[in-house]
Amino acid sequence: MIKINAKTGILLLMVFTFLALNAQQRFPKPEFETGYEQPDTTTPEPRSAVLEWFDVVVLTGVLALAYFFIFRRRSRRGIMWLTVFTLLYFGFYRNGCICPIGSIQNVTLAIFDPTYKISITVLLFFLIPLVAALFHGRTFCAAACPLGAIQDLIVIRPMPVSSWVRKTLSFVPHVYLGLAVLFAATGTDFIICRYDPFVGIFRMDGPYTMIVLGIAFLLLGMFFGRPYCRVFCPYGVLLGWMSRFSKKHLTITPSECIQCKLCHDSCPYDAIEEPTDPKVRSESTVRSFMRKYMVFGLLIPVWIFIGGLAVSSAHVFLSKAHPDVYLAELLISRPELKADEENLDIQAFLESGKSMNQLVEEASVIRGKFETGGWFLGGYLGLVLGIMLMNQFVIRKRQDYEPHKGDCFSCGRCMDYCPVDRKF
Amino acid sequence: MAKEKDKVSEKLKKKDRSLDRRAFINRGARLTLGLSLAAVGTAAAVNSGKEEYVWQIDPFKCTQCGRCATDCVLSPSAVKCVHAYDLCGYCDLCGGYFEPGVTDLGTAAEKQLCPAAAIERKFIEEPYFEYIIDEDLCIGCAICVKGCSSFGNGSLHLQIRHNICKNCNECAIARVCPSDAIIRVPASDPYIIKGDFTQNGEKQEEA
Repeated sequence: MIKINAKTGILLLMVFTFLALNAQQRFPKPEFETGYEQPDTTTPEPRSAVLEWFDVVVLTGVLALAYFFIFRRRSRRGIMWLTVFTLLYFGFYRNGCICPIGSIQNVTLAIFDPTYKISITVLLFFLIPLVAALFHGRTFCAAACPLGAIQDLIVIRPMPVSSWVRKTLSFVPHVYLGLAVLFAATGTDFIICRYDPFVGIFRMDGPYTMIVLGIAFLLLGMFFGRPYCRVFCPYGVLLGWMSRFSKKHLTITPSECIQCKLCHDSCPYDAIEEPTDPKVRSESTVRSFMRKYMVFGLLIPVWIFIGGLAVSSAHVFLSKAHPDVYLAELLISRPELKADEENLDIQAFLESGKSMNQLVEEASVIRGKFETGGWFLGGYLGLVLGIMLMNQFVIRKRQDYEPHKGDCFSCGRCMDYCPVDRKF
Repeated sequence: MAKEKDKVSEKLKKKDRSLDRRAFINRGARLTLGLSLAAVGTAAAVNSGKEEYVWQIDPFKCTQCGRCATDCVLSPSAVKCVHAYDLCGYCDLCGGYFEPGVTDLGTAAEKQLCPAAAIERKFIEEPYFEYIIDEDLCIGCAICVKGCSSFGNGSLHLQIRHNICKNCNECAIARVCPSDAIIRVPASDPYIIKGDFTQNGEKQEEA
């Protein structure tokens, strides 16, 4: 590497003179006398578009089968084999790209940047699992997500996690989603893809950090079921919204619940809610809960404002993630770096013929976008926080063990454990 | 519609109010979510193309910085040097093959620029030599590209090879490319191979 760098300066100069003079070929192509035949430059084709459409068909097929196994057959085994298929097909064969989780960013960029063209298949990958979740819950997570699949298959000894820890952690995916949308909308980066922990494992190749991250997630996942899905997955946020209000949802028992609690212990993801205790619902507690509910409801606009103010005032820091802003800042704060021939970014900028003013102007436009986006991101996070706090004081009546519609991945383990009407 | 209304009123009689209110809220939320999905889908679909897209290097923007070799998620990189033979001068003293300042033009390793010995030098006829890239060895470092562009015709240049490239959602090299030379191109026309010089002039003007 040192060797390359030492040569860079001299060579750059020469490239320059070459570029200036490249109106003609320096050495004309020889006329061969020995009948030499010039080989063709090979151009191996990319994966054909037909196959991309085939992936959409496979995705739809897997979701349809998942519906069949959960609602018609009530078969955990069926779901498990679908998980295995997904791991092999979308994971190890398709190498995890493109996946619906990452497609959030493509869709965002397509909405915000008119020059960005999104292909229909990517858009369908984004929409199909969400529509499916609207009708029958997060079957995508159970059966069709390669990231979910690899984690679902390695859950060995899930430890129960207390509900306040889970509730606190459930805020993280909102932050991740919000940042991913902000970064995609400003054309900064696709952070979901960049920090995808498992794509390196699917490809059996990748940067060192990616592999280490993947293995760490898998090790953790043996004891804390689906860590990525529950603590990070930004697509899970969207699926959760859809699933919460879904038309149908997996039911634990085929008929009447006998309160045996077997399902509650079978769920590795703590997604089964216990029956509510009627003792809690004395009139005075109901009234105090109602009051707190109202107070926290009225506080939501405050959270939104605080969040918006906080994130938008961090826009200077956030916008540094954009390479143009970073470069502009660097050149303003340390102009002496212009002479640094080893800084490729600065040298490429100087070569590009763009003026410093232009760069600064572009950077400040991007920074402005971050400021506006910061209000939206912070407002959104404030809203989420407000609703989470408010929901602490909702009194739900549950007579039976029921899956939490937003959190349940529809993996079907509980169906398998339910002793009611089980065929022996 | 009338039937639905009947159904709803029947339900009202049968079930208690709170359950019915919940069902109503659920249905409303479902509708809202469905509509917002449709809205997002449409907004994105306005910018959609029927084409699939792949990543490619624009050789006219490339500054041979060497990051293609180091920043691809694959190792070795999916970026390889390709040879646009139309452009090649078949030089004996090839700027892409030899270290600068070699006197004795042999094929010994220390005389070659390529760190992976991926360029094969083949005698055609006096004084012309053909240079062939062994893509299995090439690491996409662009050292030869730099040499060829500096001293020769620039017939060696980098391209993303689509039989290797995973077509990541966001190309890891594109993110760090200092000259923004990595662009998305339609999958039906996935290469930007340099032509001969007259063609290049036109191509550049078009762009």
